[in-house]
Amino acid sequence: MRTRFDKQLEQLHVELIKMGSLCEQAITLAAQALDQPERDVVKKVAAMEGEIDEKEREIENICMRLLLQQQPVARDLRIISAALKMISDLERIGDQAADIADLAPYIVSSSISSKVQIHDMAAATIRMVTLSVDAFVKNDLELAESVVISDDIVDDLFNKVKGELLDLIRKNNVDPRAALDILMAAKYFERIGDHAVNVAEWVQYSITGIHKSDEHHLDTEKE
Amino acid sequence: MNNTEKISISSLDLYYTDFKALKNINLKIPENKITAFIGPSGCGKSTLLKSLNRMNDLVEGCRIEGSILLDGEDIYGRMDVNLLRKRVGMVFQKPNPFPMSIYDNIAFGPRTHGIHSKAKLDDIVERSLRDAAIWDETKDRLKQNALGMSGGQQQRLCIARALAVQPEVLLMDEPTSALDPISTSKIEDLAVELKKDYTIVMVTHNMQQAARISDKTAFFLLGEIVEYGETEQIFSMPKDKRTEDYITGRFG
Repeated sequence: MRTRFDKQLEQLHVELIKMGSLCEQAITLAAQALDQPERDVVKKVAAMEGEIDEKEREIENICMRLLLQQQPVARDLRIISAALKMISDLERIGDQAADIADLAPYIVSSSISSKVQIHDMAAATIRMVTLSVDAFVKNDLELAESVVISDDIVDDLFNKVKGELLDLIRKNNVDPRAALDILMAAKYFERIGDHAVNVAEWVQYSITGIHKSDEHHLDTEKE
Repeated sequence: MNNTEKISISSLDLYYTDFKALKNINLKIPENKITAFIGPSGCGKSTLLKSLNRMNDLVEGCRIEGSILLDGEDIYGRMDVNLLRKRVGMVFQKPNPFPMSIYDNIAFGPRTHGIHSKAKLDDIVERSLRDAAIWDETKDRLKQNALGMSGGQQQRLCIARALAVQPEVLLMDEPTSALDPISTSKIEDLAVELKKDYTIVMVTHNMQQAARISDKTAFFLLGEIVEYGETEQIFSMPKDKRTEDYITGRFG
């Protein structure tokens, strides 16, 4: 019974894992670009962003085909609609990794990245992206919840970086253009964290049938 | 929203001689809603549908325990069976028009209930055909034999025939399984339109059909109701694993 459908769903999982790991690599490279003067890291991230966009279209096609051929219901329907939503967030993560890499040249020349906690932000967001895709693949509600919670860590780090930059600017200890650029890079990392949270929330929806935005509606209905 | 219950089934068991075809069915069917019965073949859904207007009376060895109330009145009690079937009409899987004119098909029921005035019958025929969304296709050929119509038209004619006696409940046993997609969507639109005035109970093997048009869905398995609830909930978040497995095609 339904062997073909199960195979198609498995393929969807495999492609999502690939897209997730492309995103991790793109963020990792973008973070490296902040201290490395080589131009080809920036190029690599841009190429990777293209690959991520392509993966998004590929997964979209798989989902459309599944909707058309299998007319899924219940959990199958939730998995496929969650996948469709998740890939837009993953695609945005790719864009933001490329944006970070684009900012790299000024940041590198001022060697400011070692003075603020930007690499802690990078590490925390990479972890969130990895865990959110893992949660989908393993169907793990607790893992998804841990991603949602760890968004606070990234937000705190962002505020720390902001504070550190303010200090540096006050002490006249930094190229202001580099300070602005690294603040933007930090903001992009913070946004990547938000997208990972979105992915995790769609994982929660695919498991429980309740999305965070529904919970809000349910609460207002009760009132 | 109307939440009145039209039919109330309590502790219903049904036997075909020694075989227990329905086990402890408890179900409240709401008025002016479409309730879908789904489940694998032989699970008892058609049996329950037929017991709602006592079509099972004709089956030898069939006996029931428990009760079915229509507007609070026990249909297996003192209620006259002909009156019950006037109130609870039925449309079958295969269109089954009588071998007579379109007009006479519709007028048949009202005539047996004692209406003979031509003006009155004309009214009933037009109203029934309009309600069944087939008036425009038939108004110029009312005297033609109904068997010359297409399958989809025949099925709508049968719905019109059921509506002619002004029933309160319409039972539909896989009403579109023999029809093409266009006729199917016409019948589905019609069912949604008709629920304003009637209570509809439908047996269907088409999961998408149940998901598209019904308000409530009951999932049957081996003579029992496994799960009953809002259609949207059943098809997005079924509570019972057996429902999930059936509607996603893992068994059945």
